[in-house]
Amino acid sequence: MSSAKSFSLPSRILHWLMAVMILAMLFIGVFMASTVGPNYYRLVTLHHPLGIAILVLALLRLANRFHSPPPALPAELPPLMKTAAKASHILLYALMIAMPLVGWGMLSAGGYPIPLWGQSVLLPPILPHDPALWACLRSTHTVLAFLLFGMVLLHVGAALFHGLIRRDGVLRSMTR
Amino acid sequence: MATKPLVPPASPLRWLGVVAAPTALALGFLWAGGWLTPHRLTQTSLLDTLRTVDGPHPGFRRNHAKGVCVTGWFEGNGNAAGISTASILQPGRVPVVGRFALAGGMPFQADAPAKVRSLALRLMPPDGQEWRIGTNDIPVFPVRTPQEFRALQLASRPDPATGKPDPARVKAFRAAHPWLQTAAQQLSHRPLSSGFTDDTYRSLDSFLFVAKDGTETAVRWAMVPLQTIAPIDGHADDHDYLFRQLIDDIHAQPRQWRLMVTVAGRHDIIDDSSQSWADDDRQIDAGTLTLTTVESEEGGPCTGITFDPLVLPQGIVPSGDPILQARSAAICVHLPHARAKSPRSPPSPRP
Ligand code: HEM
Ligand code: HEM
Ligand code: HEM
Repeated sequence: MSSAKSFSLPSRILHWLMAVMILAMLFIGVFMASTVGPNYYRLVTLHHPLGIAILVLALLRLANRFHSPPPALPAELPPLMKTAAKASHILLYALMIAMPLVGWGMLSAGGYPIPLWGQSVLLPPILPHDPALWACLRSTHTVLAFLLFGMVLLHVGAALFHGLIRRDGVLRSMTR
Repeated sequence: MATKPLVPPASPLRWLGVVAAPTALALGFLWAGGWLTPHRLTQTSLLDTLRTVDGPHPGFRRNHAKGVCVTGWFEGNGNAAGISTASILQPGRVPVVGRFALAGGMPFQADAPAKVRSLALRLMPPDGQEWRIGTNDIPVFPVRTPQEFRALQLASRPDPATGKPDPARVKAFRAAHPWLQTAAQQLSHRPLSSGFTDDTYRSLDSFLFVAKDGTETAVRWAMVPLQTIAPIDGHADDHDYLFRQLIDDIHAQPRQWRLMVTVAGRHDIIDDSSQSWADDDRQIDAGTLTLTTVESEEGGPCTGITFDPLVLPQGIVPSGDPILQARSAAICVHLPHARAKSPRSPPSPRP
């Protein structure tokens, strides 16, 4: 059973690099937003640059995707599944871009300085100082984070389903 | 290529593989967020404790709820510039927005001489290297860790029957935490000043000043009044006498404090805010704070500003003091509805 072609090398590098970064961010996020322990400050100072890096990489990745489109899914997949796969990828892209923007926006609305690298590089605010907006974006950041995590779980499950059960080359298209 | 069924037959082991990875991720995620360990102290449980003790007051700050806004400036003199590169400590003026408050989450509590008073400041130099400071008028903090903070809050919460803390609970806390005995003594025997303007406010937690060559110096600081310190006088009948007096004082003339930086000596314990430092530590007069206006919190310049003690300029970094991290974490309000409305001001008299 020969498979369709693979994702291009830049696509694969971007995918796996970002997969690690996003999973790390989700875990760092829920841990730091609950902890009162000694790692709080260190994690917060890691969360911002990592999140902004994801934003930059996601935009790069989007550009790369137009440049080298992904391989087609196996022809025998039912249309509903193809649509679901496509929709889930669009949603993943949307969340990869929205999460950092909401994080950046909420710190702006909270009136906080937004350190990007140590204390020396600050990001400019992208929204006016407004406590009600801060509260709203703070919840949005949480809700979107849970949505993103749920999507990632489905995505990983689906990838493994393709790789272990259907063995139709979809997983392989991203691994080599 | 023969069309294959959508779900071809596969061994259970393969199905296990498909299910195991997402399940493991989900469990790890729940663990990281503290949902699998209900006894772990989290930002939510800490704030819930404050709410249990003080009652719910939506729209107000969770602690230090009764307060007023002030503005003015800070003028550095360069004396501390040798141990920290912070631009604020260089000679020059930076604008300040601040807040005087009473500790406790009850926005309508009555003023009283022995209630803990606080001064929070936001120093805003033109280069964006902000410094937010929270200080209290006590010599040491009563506890060392956020866990002890919660235990003390619960032990000293007012008994609904008497309106006073239950002595048995307080005694049990004391017995279980003998190492906090000295701090408790220092707190109950501390000298009291007449009001907000002749009071001394301390950082309690320690921080590290970072010099140009990277040398770190452990410090604490205090805002020491230039006003003469008057003893307390009786105002038992006036619910807002402290705030009324503060407003009159600042309206009469600008009030000033000296920023005194204390450098840790060899025997001082840096990461424990319940222990005082030696009396002969080196003191640096780092500059002067001048407060010129005072106004109600409703629509005032400090509304919606959280005085997070870990908003620090370049040249100052947090120490390992566990209370410091907990303060910052708890203030990064985890329960957004707490701030759904901008915090309203308590009915302290309008300036
Ligand atoms: C892909 C990017 C990002 C992901 C996946 C992510 C994920 C998370 C998660 C899971 C939480 C915990 C939410 C909760 O339990 O309530 C969180 C909190 C937070 N995030 Fe992000 N985040 C991202 C980007 C950013 C960025 C770019 C910033 C700021 C520049 C930011 C600032 C924050 C802040 C301030 C908190 C709250 C911390 C606290 O409550 O102590 N995030 N994030
Ligand atoms: C960690 C385990 C992961 C595995 C095994 C995995 C596997 C795969 C596979 C096999 C594909 C190709 C699907 C196709 O042919 O359409 C794919 C695509 C994709 N993955 Fe993942 N992935 C993982 C994590 C993630 C994470 C954490 C994200 C980020 C949110 C992510 C985002 C995406 C996106 C957006 C695509 C579509 C690529 C495109 O069309 O440009 N993946 N993944
Ligand atoms: C584990 C210990 C502590 C916890 C959980 C805690 C928690 C809080 C919370 C939730 C607020 C309300 C913040 C807001 O809604 O804007 C607050 C205010 C404040 N805290 Fe703490 N705090 C702790 C220790 C300390 C210490 C050691 C100091 C030392 C000086 C301090 C000084 C202040 C001040 C000055 C304010 C008032 C800020 C203002 O006027 O808005 N706190 N604290």
